Amino acid sequence: MKKPKVRNGKILFSEYTLGEGVRKALTLSREDILFEIKDSKLKGRGGAGFPVSTKWMLGAAAIAERKYIICNADEGEPGTFKDRVLLVEYPELVFEGMVIAGYAIGAKFGILYLRGEYEYIRKSLQDFLELMRKENLLGKNILGKEGFDFDIKIHLGSSAYVCGEETALIESLEGHRGEARNRPPYPVNTGFRGMPTSVNNVETLSCVPHIILNGGNWFKNFGTEKSTGTKLFSISGDCEKPDVYEWEWGITIAEMLEKVGAKNTKAVQIGGASGICIPKSQFNRKIAYEDIPTGGSIIIFDKNRDMLKILKNFMEFFVEESCGQCTPCRIGNTKLLEGVKMIENEKYTFAYLDKLKDLGKTMQIASKCGLGQSSPNSFISILENFKDEIFYHENGDANGK
Amino acid sequence: MLVFEKTSLAKEIEQLIEKYGNSRSSLLSILQEIQANHRYISDYAQQEIARHLCIQPVEVYSVISFYAFLNSEPKGRNIVRICKTISCDMKNKMSIVKAVERELGIKIGETTSDNKFTIEYTNCLGLCDEGPAMAINERVFTRLTPQTAVENLHKVVG
Amino acid sequence: MENKGNGRAPVSQKPHKIELPLHPEYIGGSVKVQINEKEIIVPLGTTILEACKKNNIHIPTLCHHDDLCIAGVCRVCVVEIENMRTLQASCAFPITAPIKIKTATPMVRKARKNIIDLLISEHYGECYSCFRNNNCELQSLAKEYGVDHYNFGHVQKPRFKIDNSSYSVVRDMDKCILCKRCVRTCIDLQEVGVLEAIGRGDSTHIGTFFDKQLSDVICINCGQCINRCPTGALRANDPRDEIWRAIDDPKKHVVIQTAPSPRAAIGEEFGLEAGHSMTGELNTALRRIGFDKVFDTNFTADLTIMEEGTELILRLYNALVKSENLNKIPQFTSCSPGWVKYLEHFYPQYIDNLSSAKSPQQMFGTLIKTFYAQEENINPADIVTIAVMPCSAKKFECNRPEMVDSGFKDVDFGLTTRELAQMIKETGIFLPELPKSGFDEPFGEASGAGLIFGATGGVMEAALRTVVELVTGKKVENLFENANITPVRGFEGIRYVELPIEEVGDVPEMYKKYFSNWNWLKGATLKVAVAHGTANAKKVMENIKAGGIFSECHFIEFMGCPGGCIGGGGQPIPTNAEIRAKRAEAIYKEEEGLPIRKSHENPHIAYIYENFLTDGPCGHKSHELLHTKYIKRGEYIA
Repeated sequence: MKKPKVRNGKILFSEYTLGEGVRKALTLSREDILFEIKDSKLKGRGGAGFPVSTKWMLGAAAIAERKYIICNADEGEPGTFKDRVLLVEYPELVFEGMVIAGYAIGAKFGILYLRGEYEYIRKSLQDFLELMRKENLLGKNILGKEGFDFDIKIHLGSSAYVCGEETALIESLEGHRGEARNRPPYPVNTGFRGMPTSVNNVETLSCVPHIILNGGNWFKNFGTEKSTGTKLFSISGDCEKPDVYEWEWGITIAEMLEKVGAKNTKAVQIGGASGICIPKSQFNRKIAYEDIPTGGSIIIFDKNRDMLKILKNFMEFFVEESCGQCTPCRIGNTKLLEGVKMIENEKYTFAYLDKLKDLGKTMQIASKCGLGQSSPNSFISILENFKDEIFYHENGDANGK
Repeated sequence: MLVFEKTSLAKEIEQLIEKYGNSRSSLLSILQEIQANHRYISDYAQQEIARHLCIQPVEVYSVISFYAFLNSEPKGRNIVRICKTISCDMKNKMSIVKAVERELGIKIGETTSDNKFTIEYTNCLGLCDEGPAMAINERVFTRLTPQTAVENLHKVVG
Repeated sequence: MENKGNGRAPVSQKPHKIELPLHPEYIGGSVKVQINEKEIIVPLGTTILEACKKNNIHIPTLCHHDDLCIAGVCRVCVVEIENMRTLQASCAFPITAPIKIKTATPMVRKARKNIIDLLISEHYGECYSCFRNNNCELQSLAKEYGVDHYNFGHVQKPRFKIDNSSYSVVRDMDKCILCKRCVRTCIDLQEVGVLEAIGRGDSTHIGTFFDKQLSDVICINCGQCINRCPTGALRANDPRDEIWRAIDDPKKHVVIQTAPSPRAAIGEEFGLEAGHSMTGELNTALRRIGFDKVFDTNFTADLTIMEEGTELILRLYNALVKSENLNKIPQFTSCSPGWVKYLEHFYPQYIDNLSSAKSPQQMFGTLIKTFYAQEENINPADIVTIAVMPCSAKKFECNRPEMVDSGFKDVDFGLTTRELAQMIKETGIFLPELPKSGFDEPFGEASGAGLIFGATGGVMEAALRTVVELVTGKKVENLFENANITPVRGFEGIRYVELPIEEVGDVPEMYKKYFSNWNWLKGATLKVAVAHGTANAKKVMENIKAGGIFSECHFIEFMGCPGGCIGGGGQPIPTNAEIRAKRAEAIYKEEEGLPIRKSHENPHIAYIYENFLTDGPCGHKSHELLHTKYIKRGEYIA
């Protein structure tokens, strides 16, 4: 399954030799690594954008008999597949990132939680781990560093979108339903098996070896003030070249559309089903924490697409994928989907749709985890940004009415 | 379930317990193997697993019911999952669904009478750049046309 | 090994580590927080909900229950914390920093209202046709938040079939709001594990193994889930209609027995605070309803003590002197049907340890249709016996096929405290205002020993009072002030007591056919234990299995429900530790005023052994009528 490296990028898709990152890291002290990461201002790439150094420093400071590094490879967000590319084509970055994290935090155990849909990648990953063990990049006294032991095992998921939420992922690892935990305590304090656990995204960990090699200040040169480095974008939908691209943070939507050969674009969904839908009038906006933050899912819709149908697809997704434990998410998503169907069947009132938008806001603040907190985003943004099309049929009767 | 089937299943589970250990965190790995070998996890298997892990059968059932790739009810020997999420949907996944349904003579959610195939929808397979996509068991197939989709069915069965 | 024993609940629902106080705001183990502009100091790790409760700030809750671990799923208790983007569930948020909390901002109120509206939109049925009308937490919340119409529509058709397969618990999942209290009760509080969340997303529901009906899975019928359900999703299998029919049938002689725990709790159903015993008022009410005779279950509790105590002495004699049936020690009590079924399922290899003596309820049923029918010259076929119990498992017990030793179904119906209160209300009676009256002959008033059966440790105390006096020939008052054997009392989950037998007395007449002196017990130490709630029972059983301290015990009292019968699954809702303690207090208080407080001193007991069970305790006749057998049920679900 391993493909030849044909990709080009400034950081992740640049040249890299197996072992470089770990070798360099082991010449540094744990503190040096933490400060290097701090200097880089690296933020979590899964979507939430939590500063990696803060998480790691808490992990390093925690006193416990065991600590865990978990790589979250449960990318389930519709329109996201960048982690697949990293796992297939750049596994050394992912795994070395975990080793370095283990070294910095003081953990000996790494787990890669691989989504069930990616089972076909498992074998090649396991082979790669075996190779790393042979090279002494894993195992006991790594690269001769006395007392530094670290190994990684792969845990396969069984298809549940919500397991991408870190506490749900840990519940799943422990053999439970993937239901998000109450926080606090955060995993970095009480995580897998009650031990301090750092859960990081595949892409986040993949940045680490490059930061260690070239320094946090080098990394910071890319991107913007608050969004340093580059970002992988999973591009799909109506364009000529759907693929994974590495671009610097701060790129505008228009620039992206240009690069991937998108024509007659009406709307861009940023951040997958849980993200927001941007209309043409806002294509000059930037992808960055300063403007539109994202985990990198970009779905392009051209002028022939029916926005209501798209919204329905999203809401059906959430109704199924909600873990079902908390009220706002479980029932709220059902109500939003009902609302979409009402519009479809022209059985709505604007007063009721306003109630649903208001409900969406409640879901955003009162749901137990990120799933329910973000699932109303599309509903709110599509109904707001495309109301002319949806309610006045301006766009050539796109809804078939 | 016949007695000898039960005995062999019990033995299989015992071996899995040996392989993964009898702590609760082994549950999913054990279930995945049973699922892969039998395409479903029977009530007997669930109770055996529960007994070994010192948990209640309903806890096993609850976990199985949570994950889309685990089943408590018998399925076909090959499970075909067609991605229905937005990018594949936009790449005309309906034509794939119709072709597969036509070819096998069943609807989504059903199993062929010879028990060879079950077809299902699945949420995002992470192959949005290569849609429409489907998975047969753990293998994935991309850039499908109605014709290639059907050919793949036959390829898998050999 | 991880996750064994009490490891069912996810980590988030267990007590967690609190970070060391490093911040200057921390004072020792406390932290100063601001709630609604008011500064208060709370111990580190206090949840926001607890902090608010202590300061009389009301926060609505649904999934929270004092007896259970935290869930944080209903989201009704959300509050605003300064500098946090989202609202936080106050029940699940431990205070570890000097945060600023606001409990009733417009955002909070709006969110709660929306959440309540959502729950109601999926809550099938109408309040007036629900048995929890006026005692429903969802209904109260709807009122509190001024819900006056269905904001998000209302489900028109039922999604589920009502499961009334069980003699004890009826499940109506269309009224379920998925608070998971029943799940946490069953799996974590009781460690039985019948119920779990099944499915996900919009198909999530509470169900059993393969969504089988309750009678087909390993339910012990304790009904603790009913007591903790906030709505009408769970209730007991209600026999009121059939009982009314019997009362209204002039040919039927309808006899009712009342257990002590319902008497100590039924006042709550009439708005009284917990802790009022209403024995006398209840007798009057029952006669006014139309029951022909009103008997005191305590009478057969006394009889149980005689039978079970004698059985214990005989088991000890066989084991210590004859070295026979060593495996039948320790003897386990058998009056809690929830516990009995628990043992039959989970520890079937120990059923020989269960006392073969029937529970007081079942002994009474048999006696009514034999002894009483004979004395009063009534055809037992015309007698209908009803037992008022704090218990849902008693409904199952009276339907056990072997419980027909009188030649008829020994007890026709088990009636819970809640259902009896309903019958009283239907008659138009306000219980607290009734005059008191006594019990009917020929059973009359019973001893206090029977009365304290209601609280955990009560059976043990009653048995010890009798056994100690029979063996030592001395008054138990010499050992324990006022005959209150306090070491076995209380709410500690498991209690262990040693009682040295320093001297022995003369063998009473009724035991002379078995042995001539007590010398074999002289110098021995009687070791007894008490456990309540099946989670504690499990701990004791595992200890016995491993050959631990409890395997050395001689006698162990097990109660299926936390707190014993006063906390039974048929008792008024709500329940919590404080309410259970008050009910127990009421029982002990009532008991202390009684003239007779030991089973063997009850003259009616003496009468029955002289005139009916003439071959004495554990004799042939009592074995035939008052003892039973158990079934090795095992854990397999077919």
